[in-house]
Amino acid sequence: MELLGKTNIDFIGKRNIAFVISAIISIIGIIGIIQIARGAANMGIDFSGGTAMQLKFSKPIDTASARTTLHKNGIPKVELQEVKEGNKLLIKIDRNMSIALGKSAEAVQNAFKKEHPDNTFTVESSTEIGPSIGDKLRKDTLIAVVISLLGIILYIAWRFDFKFGIGATLATLHDCLAMFAVFYVLNLEINLLFITAVLTIAGYSLTDTVVVFDRIRENMHKNLKESLSNVFNRSINEVLSRTIVTSLTVFLAAISLFLFGGEVIHDFSRALLVGVIVGTYSSVFVASPIVVLLENRSLESKAQKA
Amino acid sequence: MPKGTGWRISLIVIFALLSLLYLTPTLATKLPSWWTDLPLLPKDKIHLGLDLQGGTHLVLEVDTEKAVEGSLDIIATDLEDTLNSKNLHFKRINRVGSEKVAMLFYEKDTATTVQKLLNDKYPGYKQSPQYDEGGFVALDLRITDEAAKDRKDKAVAQALETIRNRIDQFGVSEPLIQREGIDHIVIQLPGIKDPQRAIDLIGRTARLEFKLVREDIPPNSTSLPDDAEIMKEKTVDPTTNAVSEIPFVLQKKALITGDLLTDAQVRIDSQFNQPYVGIEFNSLGAKLFDQVTAANVGKRFAIVLDNNVYSAPVIRERISGGSAQISGNFTEKTAADLAIVLRAGALPAPVKIIQNETVGPSLGQDSINKGLMAGLIGVVLVVVFMAIYYKLSGMVANLGMVLNVLFLMGALAALGATLTLPGIAAIVLLIGMSVDSNVIIFERIREELKLGKNPKSALDSGYDKAFLTIMDSHVTTLITAAVLFQFGTGPVKGFAVSLSLGVIINLFTSLIGTKVTFDLFLHKGNVKKMSI
Repeated sequence: MELLGKTNIDFIGKRNIAFVISAIISIIGIIGIIQIARGAANMGIDFSGGTAMQLKFSKPIDTASARTTLHKNGIPKVELQEVKEGNKLLIKIDRNMSIALGKSAEAVQNAFKKEHPDNTFTVESSTEIGPSIGDKLRKDTLIAVVISLLGIILYIAWRFDFKFGIGATLATLHDCLAMFAVFYVLNLEINLLFITAVLTIAGYSLTDTVVVFDRIRENMHKNLKESLSNVFNRSINEVLSRTIVTSLTVFLAAISLFLFGGEVIHDFSRALLVGVIVGTYSSVFVASPIVVLLENRSLESKAQKA
Repeated sequence: MPKGTGWRISLIVIFALLSLLYLTPTLATKLPSWWTDLPLLPKDKIHLGLDLQGGTHLVLEVDTEKAVEGSLDIIATDLEDTLNSKNLHFKRINRVGSEKVAMLFYEKDTATTVQKLLNDKYPGYKQSPQYDEGGFVALDLRITDEAAKDRKDKAVAQALETIRNRIDQFGVSEPLIQREGIDHIVIQLPGIKDPQRAIDLIGRTARLEFKLVREDIPPNSTSLPDDAEIMKEKTVDPTTNAVSEIPFVLQKKALITGDLLTDAQVRIDSQFNQPYVGIEFNSLGAKLFDQVTAANVGKRFAIVLDNNVYSAPVIRERISGGSAQISGNFTEKTAADLAIVLRAGALPAPVKIIQNETVGPSLGQDSINKGLMAGLIGVVLVVVFMAIYYKLSGMVANLGMVLNVLFLMGALAALGATLTLPGIAAIVLLIGMSVDSNVIIFERIREELKLGKNPKSALDSGYDKAFLTIMDSHVTTLITAAVLFQFGTGPVKGFAVSLSLGVIINLFTSLIGTKVTFDLFLHKGNVKKMSI
């Protein structure tokens, strides 16, 4: 069976449209990162510090009454989220709380015990993180991201020539920014698992790019007279079905995580899904057109010199 | 059999058997006794992270400054005693911040004598020259940076030991207690039922002091002499939960401290059926207790724990024999916990909990079930897709994928790695990734077949030409996985472990495992058609 027969799509010709789309996505991603750095985005407590709890009640409890319960007992700044299945309540408390660290989880429990004595609950999970840990984690994460990107750039630069290296790196960066953009726009929580997903995609999205680049290189050696755009277009079309099929298999795995993996890794698998899709797009529409652009420019300057 | 297949098949079979062997303890509900008796057989299940088995992960920060202050306090008290016993008169000796003890003398001669004394007695400290302060002769004894660093280091090590003792006595199976960085202690308590109680037990400084009550000063007085302080007794009404505080004026200097204890046990008062903690002093403690009680009959003696007065009974008679009791508003649990911390000893400095992650056992089990479900569905989706799209060859890739998962689980068990929920996610993701290499190879083979090559040579050149591409894509994933491993903690580390092991294993199964299967079928070279 074949998903696609012989295709002949002019990918390189459409590069301007692709560049505009990618630029917009990247800019939103950069804005998202700036907002994260400013602490204005929806940060997970592992970065911002604070308390997160998941309670499972014996009877349904609505967020409004839960909120009044907590307000009455001296916990004013709180984010609540109700999970209908199993009467679960997710509670997130800001770190700038008057209650000392190590005590807010206890305070929450006491508040519910006092106000809802007939609705018993169990603490499914509770996380309290002090600001010093959050700061350290943020710093460590930044170092991790920089080192991974550097490692990938160096490897690609070593395996391919410089222009291909730039193309692959920009495409990878684009994928990461797109993930930030989606999470920022949807106001999803930026936490350590999200960063893990971003780095995983940074490594994985190169697979498609490498497949395309390998073919381009092969065809460039075979055919020296053909125009660059033609060689690139032909190469991308030749490997298009494997680009799509490889992404599809990972997509299948990620979507089963997303749908059946439970709420703990729900956002994590969502990030992976976004990454897989964007990674496929970028290997075709970002990485190769950038290389064409760079090659053409260097050819022109050579021509001018001659 | 074609040349070169033998060793590859044996390698795959050996790996598969080894994986099954290491997975047996995880899969079997109960190992037979002959298995546990044989020394070489693996007995450990795959180690589950706290997010899967439930438990508490704590990070404590030791307030090391306080430890330095503590040792300066000891020096100040010690000096006072020494100088008093030698009839050397001083105006004041006190600790300043966490760096020095300041002394003030009436006469220059005394100061000079003390200087000589200090030289011999405190080698880790630096003296300042004498200087004038308001007409008195002043002298500072400053702790050197090195000594302070050493003190801090020892405080953390000591805190670690004390906490280990407390946890051992509390009874947690397989706790992990280790130092991290300069002043952090990481504690993992798997499967703990009452995390809050454990946290209270661990975080308590438990500095026990016996101090005389100064009944000559009213507790509401605004000016206190230098050697007195106010501390409160907190009582909680068991029916209304109302907290009431009774202030006491105490002599600052503790006459007896908790480090002179040898034992602490919970006892029940037969008269009121109320639990209390009975304590035993060592011989020095017993002697001191005897002397103090003899000299202060009729006065009140406050029992202070971490700056809270527990009780302040009146000394009715001299108490010899070296045992005493601490009573207060105890339940059996709180009395038992107090006995544990007194037996294990005080922390050399207060600790602060800076990270506390607790996962209940039900959520852990739920995560395992959902992770397995997602994995199973992922496998089915990928298997069906590959079988439809690449027919028989797709089934070979599926075989490689199943081997991949088997080897990965076996490797996790054999290496004693920890499986976390993100780790399970990595395995599910690898189900999709592991067929990718074969997809790249198969597409190449299809191209070669279209060029009119026979299946055998199409297969060989497909593998050859795809090799570098596959290498490249694996190396880049491995780079990020390695970085995640280095920087990640807990669940993320579990993800990195699963991912990097999986990527390495995948290289093996896709390049050797599936290739050898094809070789077996196509080795004669006269196969006309390939199912791809």
